Amino acid sequence: MSDKVKHPGLWTTFFTVVCLIWVFPIVLVFINAFKDQTYIALNTFSIPRGDAFVGFKNFEVGIERTDFIASIGWTVVTTVGSVLLILVCTSMCAWWIVRVNNWAAKALYSLFLFNMIVPFQMVMFTLSKFTDMLGFNTPWGLWLIYLGFGAGLAVFIFTGVVKGIPQELEESAMIDGASVPGIFFRIVVPIMRPSIISVAILETMWIWNDFLLPYLTLDLSNFKTMPIAVQYLKSGYGAVDMGALMACLVLAIIPVILFYLLCQKYIIKGVLTGAVKG
Amino acid sequence: MISMAGKAIRKWWALFSLPTFVAFIIGFLVPFITGIYLSFCRFTTVTDSKFIGLANYVEALKDPDFWHALRFSTAFTVIIVIFVNIVSFAIAYMLTKTFRGVTIFRSVFFMPNLIGGIVLGYIWMLLLNGILAHWGRSLSFSGVYGFWGLVALYSWQQIGYMMIIYIAGMQSLPSDVMEAAAVDGANSRQVLFHVTIPLMMPSITVCTFLTMTNGFKMFDQNLALTNGAPANTSEGMALNIYRTFYGRAGFEGVGQAKAVIFFIIVAVLALIQNRLTTSREVEA
Repeated sequence: MSDKVKHPGLWTTFFTVVCLIWVFPIVLVFINAFKDQTYIALNTFSIPRGDAFVGFKNFEVGIERTDFIASIGWTVVTTVGSVLLILVCTSMCAWWIVRVNNWAAKALYSLFLFNMIVPFQMVMFTLSKFTDMLGFNTPWGLWLIYLGFGAGLAVFIFTGVVKGIPQELEESAMIDGASVPGIFFRIVVPIMRPSIISVAILETMWIWNDFLLPYLTLDLSNFKTMPIAVQYLKSGYGAVDMGALMACLVLAIIPVILFYLLCQKYIIKGVLTGAVKG
Repeated sequence: MISMAGKAIRKWWALFSLPTFVAFIIGFLVPFITGIYLSFCRFTTVTDSKFIGLANYVEALKDPDFWHALRFSTAFTVIIVIFVNIVSFAIAYMLTKTFRGVTIFRSVFFMPNLIGGIVLGYIWMLLLNGILAHWGRSLSFSGVYGFWGLVALYSWQQIGYMMIIYIAGMQSLPSDVMEAAAVDGANSRQVLFHVTIPLMMPSITVCTFLTMTNGFKMFDQNLALTNGAPANTSEGMALNIYRTFYGRAGFEGVGQAKAVIFFIIVAVLALIQNRLTTSREVEA
């Protein structure tokens, strides 16, 4: 399908213009992060100059008001822990389901499939009450909650992968005297590696940006994640400091763009892995 | 017939399947089942519930805001499914051809997806309010503004994602079929409509499925961009449910009933859509 188009130069120009329009909303936030807040509402599209330019003042205010550095830290703790736990547990579980394949395994698999079509609103109230009761309202408590609520997609993807691995490999290792965990971690995991990376990317994109689940379950006086900090800045203080808000948006966008530039290839693969038809 | 490996692995259930299953029970199964039960109860916390039958459902269906939110989400989803899929298909179609810059263009189109919904909401609030300020208005002027604002935001976010899926689908199409069609004298438009699109049905199934369920479930963007303003007129289903739970004391049961209705709608739509488009898939 990679055929040539007529007038390639024209198409390059056309898409360059479209792409400039495409990134414009993000650029606009960067511009306004350096403006005094009264100018943000009045002259949204002008370049900050003279009185309008306030340097890094918005950033200082935004970081101080929301404790933004700490919220980045908690986002990292929540995301990294949850993703690692999801990867280890669901890959083991998927292997068990495919290889054992008895009624229990099949029932478990159906439950995980069912999980994928349930919107979060269905469980949000009860889940937030239970996490409170169980004392899981910490970032590390969320590791378990994310494993539970996010299990469906990961198990679904991993079972698909395991089905493609020839069983003979594992059986010959067994005859050679390898233990079951040994087989899984030394033979199966290396084969699953590409899909493990894909699932890691998908889950990272979800958990890093997730707002409602941490908002409803975390003990917010001690822990805020980044989306929560941004939301607090908007709704928690009466009059909104637009300058500080813009600065926080910039701080929230930068890590994501760096992450994208670093592992673009894997992100695309992750998206495609997640698009497998249910 | 259970294999030798299967027999050995079965005994290891406590290590391999139990951790995920326990987390699944805590994080999903118990909240889900309790949620269904509570939709028939009056309660303020989980422990003080009192069974009241279908009263919550009656209350939910009598709420004009809920019907408005349902119409809002339905209209929003219909527009998003059509618009996002046509545009992302068109972009994918062009970006699988060779001219300078295609890989950079793909990256740029995908980028908004990595930014979270809350942040996206405030980015677009800045942009749209900046534009509307020229007429002395803002997004909270009327629900119609909020609606189209969300359409713009959501298209911006989802087009890149769907484009990636369409590009992957197009790249895996069998080139001999295209060539055969070209040899038979089909022009590029005929190839597109009579060969490419029918062969692309699996990707179209996935993308319409994703845009549809995403459209109904949209929450963060709605909360950040308009928060329902003015007077709940720009409120989708998910936001309406959230605000019933946490905005009106004593309405927890009604919120839960709405959530069950919402779940059933999303589940049924997902199943019907999957049936319909899967049956239209063709083999090369």
